Amino acid sequence: MERPLTKNIHAGRQPLSLKEYTTTGGYIALQQVLKNNTPQEVQQLVQKSNLKGRGGAGFNTGMKWSFVPMGADAPQPKYLIANADEMEPGTFKDRLLLEGNPHQLIEGMIIAAYAIQANISYVFLRWAYKKAARVLEQSIHEAYEAGWLGQNILGSGFSLNMHLHTGAGRYMCGEETALLNALEGKRATPRAKPPFPQVSGLFGKPTIVNNVETLCCVPHIVNNGAEWFQSLSYSEDSGTKIYGVSGKVNNPGAWELPIGVTMRELIEEHAGGMKKGYRLKGVLPGGASTDFLTEQHLDIKMDFKSVAAAGSRLGTGTMVVMDDATCPVGFVHNLQHFFAQESCGWCTPCREGLPWVEKILLSIEKGEGKQEDIDLLQMHTQLLGPGNTFCALAPGAMEPLQSAIKYFRDDFDRHIREQKCPY
Amino acid sequence: MSILNQGIMPTIYIDNKPYEVKAGKNLLEASLSLGFDLPYFCWHPAMGSVGACRQCAIKIFKDEKDTNGKIVMSCMESVKDGLRMSITDSTAQAFRAQIIEWLMTNHPHDCPVCDEGGSCHLQDMTVMTGHDYRRFQFKKRTHINQYLGPLIHHEMNRCIQCYRCVRFYRDYAGGDDLNVFGAHHHVYFGREKDGVLQSPFSGNLAEVCPTGVFTDKTLKKHYTRKWDLTAAPSVCHHCSLGCNIIAGERYGKVRCVVNRYNSSVNGYFLCDKGRYGYEFVNSVNRITEPLIRTLPVEAVDEATLMNHLKDLVTLYPLIGIGSPRASVESNFALMQLVGKENFYQGVSGDTAYLEGRMTDLLQQGTVHSVSLKEIESADAVLVLGEDIWHTAPVMALAVRQSVMKTAAAQATQQNSLAAWHDAAIKELVQEQKGFLANITILSSPLDSISTIAMRNNPDNIARLGFAIAHLLNAGIPAVTSLTEKEMHAAKHIADALLHAQRPVVITGNSCCNEALVKAAFNIVQSLSTPQRKAGISFVFPECNSMGAALMRASSFEAAAERVRTDNNCTAIVLENDLYRHVPAAKADAFLSQCKNLVVMDGLHNRTTEKAHVLIPAATFAEADGTLVNNEGRAQHFYQVFMPVNTHIKESWRWLGEMKTMQAKASNGLQQHPDEWLAKLEITLPQFASIAKVMPPRHFRINGQAIPREPHRYSGRTAMYANLGVSEPKPLQDDDSPLTYTMEGYAGIPPSSMIPYFWAPGWNSGQAVNKYQHEIGAALREENSGICLFASKTGALQFFKDSPEAFVPRPGKHLLLPQYQLFGSGEWSMYSEAISELVPEAAIILSKKDAADLGAVNGTLIIIEKNDFQYRLPLVIHDELCSGIVLASAGFHGMPALPWGSWVKLNV
Repeated sequence: MERPLTKNIHAGRQPLSLKEYTTTGGYIALQQVLKNNTPQEVQQLVQKSNLKGRGGAGFNTGMKWSFVPMGADAPQPKYLIANADEMEPGTFKDRLLLEGNPHQLIEGMIIAAYAIQANISYVFLRWAYKKAARVLEQSIHEAYEAGWLGQNILGSGFSLNMHLHTGAGRYMCGEETALLNALEGKRATPRAKPPFPQVSGLFGKPTIVNNVETLCCVPHIVNNGAEWFQSLSYSEDSGTKIYGVSGKVNNPGAWELPIGVTMRELIEEHAGGMKKGYRLKGVLPGGASTDFLTEQHLDIKMDFKSVAAAGSRLGTGTMVVMDDATCPVGFVHNLQHFFAQESCGWCTPCREGLPWVEKILLSIEKGEGKQEDIDLLQMHTQLLGPGNTFCALAPGAMEPLQSAIKYFRDDFDRHIREQKCPY
Repeated sequence: MSILNQGIMPTIYIDNKPYEVKAGKNLLEASLSLGFDLPYFCWHPAMGSVGACRQCAIKIFKDEKDTNGKIVMSCMESVKDGLRMSITDSTAQAFRAQIIEWLMTNHPHDCPVCDEGGSCHLQDMTVMTGHDYRRFQFKKRTHINQYLGPLIHHEMNRCIQCYRCVRFYRDYAGGDDLNVFGAHHHVYFGREKDGVLQSPFSGNLAEVCPTGVFTDKTLKKHYTRKWDLTAAPSVCHHCSLGCNIIAGERYGKVRCVVNRYNSSVNGYFLCDKGRYGYEFVNSVNRITEPLIRTLPVEAVDEATLMNHLKDLVTLYPLIGIGSPRASVESNFALMQLVGKENFYQGVSGDTAYLEGRMTDLLQQGTVHSVSLKEIESADAVLVLGEDIWHTAPVMALAVRQSVMKTAAAQATQQNSLAAWHDAAIKELVQEQKGFLANITILSSPLDSISTIAMRNNPDNIARLGFAIAHLLNAGIPAVTSLTEKEMHAAKHIADALLHAQRPVVITGNSCCNEALVKAAFNIVQSLSTPQRKAGISFVFPECNSMGAALMRASSFEAAAERVRTDNNCTAIVLENDLYRHVPAAKADAFLSQCKNLVVMDGLHNRTTEKAHVLIPAATFAEADGTLVNNEGRAQHFYQVFMPVNTHIKESWRWLGEMKTMQAKASNGLQQHPDEWLAKLEITLPQFASIAKVMPPRHFRINGQAIPREPHRYSGRTAMYANLGVSEPKPLQDDDSPLTYTMEGYAGIPPSSMIPYFWAPGWNSGQAVNKYQHEIGAALREENSGICLFASKTGALQFFKDSPEAFVPRPGKHLLLPQYQLFGSGEWSMYSEAISELVPEAAIILSKKDAADLGAVNGTLIIIEKNDFQYRLPLVIHDELCSGIVLASAGFHGMPALPWGSWVKLNV
């Protein structure tokens, strides 16, 4: 079982220096691309590899790149941005890559920038990732020193500057258009699409925003080919995926595995099963903004299509396990508190709806709930849907709530009936 | 785009009925234009869409078979031929009601004590969506309010976070001290800390805000609900632009001024001087009783006054001094009374000359005098000398829109973005700007959006203008010895103007420099071709400067000369404080040499102090009349209220009565504005068509006049019950088709006679939607005023006399006026709120000149010319040219200084 992204990352070890990275085969892909491939060829290769965005949406990366205007008439400058604002509750996969092997990301970014002919790149890093910031700063510096970044890289005529930007700590910045606004120094509110960032992105210029994990896959695809990448997985989605499990399991953590491992394998083998005395009650398979799945879904494959078919989303692939000693109402309230607080305040349904939901859940949890509160919650899960709100934040927030009401309705009713939290 | 080019109207289906709509619009605009009631908050016709509030949700369907459809925001979708949408779809309706319920979770239920109540867009939209039951059981979020200065009251708890305020204040008007802070449901709209809002357009927040967060602070002092106002369409009297306003009255006091939409003039917005300058009408300084100097006040009743006046106008030769701030009717009535040859403009010779020049050039018809709307849609603007931020603020706002719209047009050309897609366009445009060259004496807030911002003295600015004209037209001689920087700027500007389709050049007379006018004229005449619609705009000092100048009368100096040799005259001074126009010595001499001096005015001033007979004149609020704005557009203003004090009458009425006494009969004499205007057209052909500015006073619709009071006007039978319990007969307005009643024509009146914007379900000013045939375009059957200048063809004459380069004179300085938006107005100063914002009067010198005088900031500097002396504290400006001295102009109590002449400065 190959683990291209993480094979050189070992817990407790310092991140790979430039020298170590190159001795493990680093920057060969970049040299290969700059020497032998046109930007279009790189786009086609990545498109063919069927690499899908690892940030949660699962859109074909090569396809996304293909929307960028190319050629002499294309607006300049173009931008490539690594979205390292990993703030989805329960998600810590990008941190592993950032802290463990920063040059892998940098190389992926340079190749991606070459593919869209962008000359400026940014790493938009989560505020709290202090260690990753230090590591990246050092690594970008090394890359400049070595000539991997800067003017006329390896005499190819291609130039790329890279900047590290640490965010101010808003979940909203993970949304790619809000990220662009934040990077421009504006409020982190999302933008209407269309126009898409590929056409009018950072400072109004063509821009690609890719997730860290996505970009890290790129050098390996270049080195080993599209077919190899497709062959890594257990499903129609290509490559490996860094899966994570948190919650009351024996061995919480993150592992790079072929896409399409089952939830059961993840929880029972890699995470070591539930801690003694706890039973699995529900799982948020792809982070806090995905629908609950339950024990009955444990055998589904963790790929984009299978998880969707089960009624949830693969999301970031980092699951949160809820055990039977945790109150689902309190659990969901906690999530809604987060989402309400992280709403940017731009559109009405999200700004006003989420605090209402949060307050209702708290009152139910405190034993002050009323039967009609369930109707109000359900009303919100229906009306805070995609299209009704400006961006995906509130629809994402509603996913765990609507599925909690679906699967754990008894718990909600009991809170209201008994006017207390039974847990 | 192709649809636009072919002029084809796309058909859209709204609830299965086909409608032809205009291409390039969004579905909200299309629906509103068709007359549908679709609620909205964040969208604004002048500011476009951002999709924030989600209030205008509708459903669209893929095709006829699609019965599910999907919810979209109508403001964020373009019309497309064949598109199917539903407004009445139950899901869409429920969602719209839900938006209101969400907004109401935090909105206080304080309508009865909220200034917005009764004219509140949020109230209207709430009723429109049908939301009426509160399910939210928790506490509301609360905010701390801020002190924002004397103009705007802040009440953040009412905020529904539509973001309109910051979009107007920052994006539209270019202010930077109002912002949005915080996040999620704690977003806060205000300043970083308490303090006076810095933008001179801040008052528009009261209209832009859909609820009571930002309200008119002056109205608060004498609050009246919209429905209790007696209101009339009027025209702002505070500068030469003639922005359309609605003024409202109750109990004999003007309570507020709001914007009156005119698609060719001010559109949706006013400046703060125009909005808040009204309080002089209520001033304690008003002249309320006629006065005969030789008689005790109580002895002067109407009969005594008229008898006295009869002697004065029949027994003595008459001369009349007109006024640039009195209506066309009043000026003309004075001319009729005293005779054309005895009528003088009430301004100095220099001013009269320059205004006459500008008027001549426009009347000649070879250059097009542009409207504010045309300035907004210009694609290159050159400002020569005039500090329009202070002398014509709404023009500065229009110039800003031109710069932004041009940049947007350039950016969207490549990206096929719809013009309404405001946020996306801003992302694309970023810092790009359309062309603006702002060449002035001192810096201006417009510099931040200028392609070229240069400082110079008026002569050198004019030389730059001549150089530009030369580059455009080799027939105009080249200007020699320009600096390299000037030459470069001239080339850049000429190039930009040449590449524009709709270039505009702006200047005015505030630099007291004729060469500027000539240069601007040369440029615009050179640019004008059948393909390129070039335009010119001259800024004038007062609201009817153009109207007065068009009467072609001699200046004040000629009148002074006249009374010097003939000391038996009765002089009638019409609404004019001569001390503001001519040096005090000249005014003193004139006033003392008149045998009889009749002064008619609204407020006491230095001229009225000298009157032998003082007559109380109606202000704009108590009068009907016509003004001609800087463009040459005549616009009529209607009486807002009839003063209880019957001594206060329009000047034209007083003058008409005097004429009747003089003629010993009233037969064939004019008594009403429509009659005055008709007579004016015959007497002075340059005013041809001006009578069309208003319908005849007997104009009725279905036999009904137009009520000044809305149908909800309250207290008619009770408001004067303390004086008498029987309801008095309604006041009779014989001068216009408006009445002092609630009864009358309930529909939409002709556009120039709209006393308030009000439509069923639309109580706020947003009801203007219902008065437009297309949202954001002209009003239904719009009469946007009568333009007195027609374009004419003929041999083009160019000025070839470029001035010599400015050379400072030893020991002397060229004195020029510096106007301040707040401070330079004669009457706006009587508004308490505005008077708080007036900076200290000062003189301005360059660093070098100040050093030569041994003066520092704050040093009192004495301006001397002949026997004249005036002293003001010094402010040093680095950018001012050496050899020039600027002094605050037109401040309260300040005399006219010898503008445009060389003065001596002393410490």
